[in-house]
Amino acid sequence: MIAELATMLDFGFMQRALAAGAAIALMAGLLGVFVVQRGLAFLGDGLAHASFGGIALGALLAYGFGNAGLLAQPLWVALPFTLVAAIAIAWVRDRTELASDTAIGVAFAVSVALGVLFLSRIPPDRAVVDVWHLMFGSILAVGPDELRIILITAGLVSATLLLLWSRLAYATFDPELATTDGIRVRLLDYGLFGLAAVAVVVSAQVVGVVLMAAYLVIPAAAARLLTRSLARTTVVSVAIGTVTTVAGLVASYAIDVPSGSAIILLQAGLFLIATLLRPR
Amino acid sequence: MATVPALHLHHVTVRRGEVEILTDVDLDLPPGRFLAILGPNGSGKSTLVKVALGLVAPDRGHAAIFGVDAGDAPERIGYVPQLKTFDRTFPATALELVVSGLRRRWPARVPPRERERAVAALADVGAEHLARRSLSRLSGGELQRAFLARALVRRPDLVVLDEPATGVDFLAEHDLSRLLERYQEETGATIVMVTHDLAAARHHASDVLVLNRVVHGFGPPEEALARDCLERAYGHVGHDHGPVIG
Repeated sequence: MIAELATMLDFGFMQRALAAGAAIALMAGLLGVFVVQRGLAFLGDGLAHASFGGIALGALLAYGFGNAGLLAQPLWVALPFTLVAAIAIAWVRDRTELASDTAIGVAFAVSVALGVLFLSRIPPDRAVVDVWHLMFGSILAVGPDELRIILITAGLVSATLLLLWSRLAYATFDPELATTDGIRVRLLDYGLFGLAAVAVVVSAQVVGVVLMAAYLVIPAAAARLLTRSLARTTVVSVAIGTVTTVAGLVASYAIDVPSGSAIILLQAGLFLIATLLRPR
Repeated sequence: MATVPALHLHHVTVRRGEVEILTDVDLDLPPGRFLAILGPNGSGKSTLVKVALGLVAPDRGHAAIFGVDAGDAPERIGYVPQLKTFDRTFPATALELVVSGLRRRWPARVPPRERERAVAALADVGAEHLARRSLSRLSGGELQRAFLARALVRRPDLVVLDEPATGVDFLAEHDLSRLLERYQEETGATIVMVTHDLAAARHHASDVLVLNRVVHGFGPPEEALARDCLERAYGHVGHDHGPVIG
């Protein structure tokens, strides 16, 4: 594996894929611990599909306004669109007794419906959004500009999560106890959903909806099975995400399989092993 | 100069939709007292505690702890919530739980000094041996001790317990009351405990509040637990085989 890694690092696209994968593994590993522990495993999928609606709206606006300015890049429309969806999910949870998955399911369905509607307004020969790429992405196709955006986003999101970790962990353990100790739990909830939206929309654009959803859930779930404290769960979650990214990219280079599939299957393999090794 | 009450409730009314959960509740509890709050299921006991903690904002009236608005003095309060609301899947040890009470944040790591204080708090409630155990592996009684250690570790002036005995046996509940009394003797703290146990209230509390949406009795146990107060709150106080109270 070391020899394969050394050879593949000669390629710029592989260097970028590794850097992007490691950045996403760090950000999603930190986020995923809270997502999984709060029973929000569906959130990654929901927000990733919400970003589909946003990207489609961005593409429609770009088509309508002739690719002018920021509109030339659908990300700048997808980002606020997905943020609004995330805040709406948190708001419905907050205002009603509905379970999180129900609120996420509604946002998911509405966003996909809007996405399809927006895309239907663009003539096929003028389409700027490749739906297949959006769903499955390709970490090997990360360009220098996309890598820069991912590194900046991952840096900011990860730093914020680390800064808020002890408060988020306390609010995750017991929101009522955390509130009695002066923690602003509701604000943290909205913040967590907002950070998840930013992480998902930026990453899903590059690595695809499916891979991003996997990054957000599988490493944290496997880590949860192997550890007895949330701090250790967090460290192991980031480690699993990073190791499977490197191993998945090496495998994809060595045996010519799709990189996203290789990463997800390796994560799933570790999850299975964690399930079998789980201390009883 | 008059003493500032440990707990002050002034005309507190709480509504949920059209339903009034609490109506015009007035209460002044001097520091150093042991208050037991009694009432049937759904009588507003837990809501009253949540108002005192600042978790529920009253629709009318206001609540204060040691003269400060409810919710504004978290460092003076140790809270033991109902154990049935606790998420047992959360990965944590009893030691981390106690340190969270010390720090008022969840610990990523526990330095030796905090570990020492947390272990001492666990030892005070007879649970030193549980320090490294996962919360998911603790019995109801062991969890109760761990949560009590968490509440007492920062030596609060007011300890609030919401039905801490739910899911634990009679002996565990008796032990809990003894631990609270010992803590009160050492520190002069005020204790407020929601309970269903009339006998515990009679034997351990200095004051009893009998509640069912409105206050039906407040005072020393022999007054507040009088038959007429209980009949107003519960509708009845016994069955054909004999009264609940002696």
